[in-house]
Amino acid sequence: MESLFYIAAVTALASTVLVVTGKNASHALIYLIVSLLSVAVIFFLLGAPFAAALEVVVYAGAIVVLFLFVVMMLNLGKGSVARESAWLRPSMWVLPSLLTVPLFLGLVYVLSGEPVQTGGVMVGPKAVGTQLFGPYLLAVELAGILLLAALVGAYHLGRRYLSERREEV
Amino acid sequence: MNFALSIPLEHVFVLAVALFCVGLTGVLVRRNVMFVLMSLEVMMNACGLAFVAAGARWAQADGQIMFMFILALAAAEVAVALGIVLQLSRRFDSLDVDAADEMHS
Repeated sequence: MESLFYIAAVTALASTVLVVTGKNASHALIYLIVSLLSVAVIFFLLGAPFAAALEVVVYAGAIVVLFLFVVMMLNLGKGSVARESAWLRPSMWVLPSLLTVPLFLGLVYVLSGEPVQTGGVMVGPKAVGTQLFGPYLLAVELAGILLLAALVGAYHLGRRYLSERREEV
Repeated sequence: MNFALSIPLEHVFVLAVALFCVGLTGVLVRRNVMFVLMSLEVMMNACGLAFVAAGARWAQADGQIMFMFILALAAAEVAVALGIVLQLSRRFDSLDVDAADEMHS
């Protein structure tokens, strides 16, 4: 059963690399969905079924679909893949990789302490809900205000785009 | 039914760190603003994985709660950022982040 975790981990890592190196935006979004679903499997195996459901519903279901709407609205044609190839020369990967690989190795070194196992106990939605609306109630309210502010901001930014589009037509 | 496994915590953290570093490389390298945003999503997801793994270590709900807050943050960030992407493509007719450099001259 534990091999399931390693299969999901390899799938998540491979599809994430394909997202970052991709040239076609809609293909990269499909790879992003694969990556998010593999992470949802890992959440389930870690004993967090509610987080796994949220990962599928909110991340893969809502956020990626929002990306997909914008990709279709921008109407990226066949020239976009060629333009991506021109922007993305192989030499550009060298310096950022030189910065992030030491970060990765350093973090792996920090994490390599005494081996610890995860609990193997399922923490269900009920436990999450009682904590969320108990000690974390203030943070929930703040998250609600943040989402309201994002809604107003997104409406403001998108409305001008739509109204000027309509005048052109 | 209990599907929860006992997985070495270090392996989950190494996966989270690897996903975070891949996303960070994407943010540094890419010029297309859509791919920069996707890489940011990957990084936030890696943070959420680390929180859920830490919550699973002590069988507490707090890790999942922090994941939910990261989820709310990611949704808010994407909504505003995609509005900015629409404005960028309308004003500069390009998705290149370097197109919006009017402030430096």
